Amino acid sequence: MSSIASTTAREVTRSLATGRNKDRTPVSLIFLIGLWFSLFFGVLVLVALIVDTAIAGAPRFDMELLTNYTSIVRPETAGFRAGILGSLWLMVFTALMAVPLGIAAALYLEEFADSTTRWNRFVEVNLQNLAAVPAIVYGLLAVAIMALMGFSNAGTVLGGALALALLILPVIIITTREAVRAVPRDIRQGSLALGATVWQTTWRQTLPSAIPGIATGTILGLSRAIGEAAPLVIVGLAGSVLFDPTGVMSPITALPMQIYSLTSQSREELRQAASAAIIVLLAMVLGLNALAIFIRNKFQRSW
Amino acid sequence: MSNNATTGAAGPSSGTGLPAGVDLRAKSRPGERVITVVLRLSAYASIAITFGIVAALIQPVIEFFGDVPVGDFFAMEGKFAVLPLVTATLMVTVIALLVAVPLGLGAALYLSEYASKRARKILKPTVELLAGVPSVVYGFFALTFVTPTLLQEILDIGVGFTNALAAGLVLGVMIIPTIASLAEDAFSAVPHSMRQGSYAMGANRMQTSLRVVFPAALSGVAAAVVLGMSRAVGETMIVALAAGALKNFSLDPREGMQTMTGFMAQTAGGENPVGSIEYNNLFAVGMLLFVITLVLNLFSISFVRRFRQVY
Repeated sequence: MSSIASTTAREVTRSLATGRNKDRTPVSLIFLIGLWFSLFFGVLVLVALIVDTAIAGAPRFDMELLTNYTSIVRPETAGFRAGILGSLWLMVFTALMAVPLGIAAALYLEEFADSTTRWNRFVEVNLQNLAAVPAIVYGLLAVAIMALMGFSNAGTVLGGALALALLILPVIIITTREAVRAVPRDIRQGSLALGATVWQTTWRQTLPSAIPGIATGTILGLSRAIGEAAPLVIVGLAGSVLFDPTGVMSPITALPMQIYSLTSQSREELRQAASAAIIVLLAMVLGLNALAIFIRNKFQRSW
Repeated sequence: MSNNATTGAAGPSSGTGLPAGVDLRAKSRPGERVITVVLRLSAYASIAITFGIVAALIQPVIEFFGDVPVGDFFAMEGKFAVLPLVTATLMVTVIALLVAVPLGLGAALYLSEYASKRARKILKPTVELLAGVPSVVYGFFALTFVTPTLLQEILDIGVGFTNALAAGLVLGVMIIPTIASLAEDAFSAVPHSMRQGSYAMGANRMQTSLRVVFPAALSGVAAAVVLGMSRAVGETMIVALAAGALKNFSLDPREGMQTMTGFMAQTAGGENPVGSIEYNNLFAVGMLLFVITLVLNLFSISFVRRFRQVY
């Protein structure tokens, strides 16, 4: 430590004598440029990705891309109707399964559970771990659950949605807990003082105040689910389907699945179609992300 | 439920922090009992999922090791050998970390030490946007841009059509936000008095960042790196598309090689009937992957706990 003290002391003397700003030394400037570079490197990659893909897919931005099914006979008009519809169905059923369960779990942990007990600390570590379990492992779990329920084919709306719901459940629980924790104690205490029970306080005061935060977390979770392909590969979703989904047991495909299966195709037209589909997928995912950020910024309250 | 006036005293249980005080017995509310139990069960669902994962994996794994000796699984070569997959995973992960650790920490340092409050509000979501890009899109990008255009044409490196280098580089970009976000939390948790002490000694912002804030946040930084590593090990679509589908026990990143997750994606997408040895092999590799990431995650969690307790 003495070396730091002596160098800095020397520098103080120098900067006092010369009156120069210490943040403007060449080394500091190079360091700052390095930080700027690391901040914008990712954005540069993202821009390169979008521009490159958009150029590759440019000839295919037409309505047929959204309304046609994938065709091997006429690849130049191949569309992603089945994938887009499949992704939307998956989203709806994923949300139906994961959101109520996630919010209920978060409310229990935050409002009812005694966070000092060893058991609840175990629940907590477990949640943090689940949030970082590889997505592909949730695919294996969904296959096993479907087999337990007696379905040999997991590549259906139900199987896919199950895998995605398991995947985003920890995300929803963690973000909901943060939103609930941000609601000030005074509001709860006011409600309790008027004679409301813990549940009445939670349902009528805490939950409504936390809704913007919960919405942000839910949308982020769903945007992750819509772009995920790994668990869907494991549950055995088809790479190509030529009909619309009709029910929970209907075999489907999803947009990321279609992109995955098209990448192995060598035909130029199919690659083009895949590039265009990527732009559609990015528009959906980044649109959801932007919506989440908008909600966070617009409705974020400071009490 | 509706009539608050006749409630008497609410008997808040634990968790809300109100002392019970005088015990005016609350009206019994069977409905709320039910709600509490439902909420409690939902919370325990997360435990059930963990045990579900282990249970789901264990039966096929036992079947697998009934047919294949353990030595054939933990072997360098052979149909069921897992070690080439592990080394390939390690190779891709190391390349990814070489990209993501400096860039992620740099971004985190800028956000916590240099950016104004307003700039941070815009810049942080921008960095987080990278995590929102689906991994299959990154995989496609690695295969159609990074390998042919960047590595082969511009940098003129003799890489194969699929190679570990492109997969690792793109994977690194993907985990930048994971590392940046956790590291920024750690940097921001360093108390201001330490920075002020450093400035008072005449240090500038670079010296303060590197010699005071960074060492003070070291366990948080370690947590960020380990979590990034766990993410890289478990990521599937990028490596399935860009790293290749051939078991390759090689230390040359220019060659194509198959990772654990890449193997799983390929096996699941192929024509292997449920219950066959090949199918059970998928679960054995999945089990190994789960155990590896579990250990890494627990390390990361314990590091986070340590940096929270220091100050």
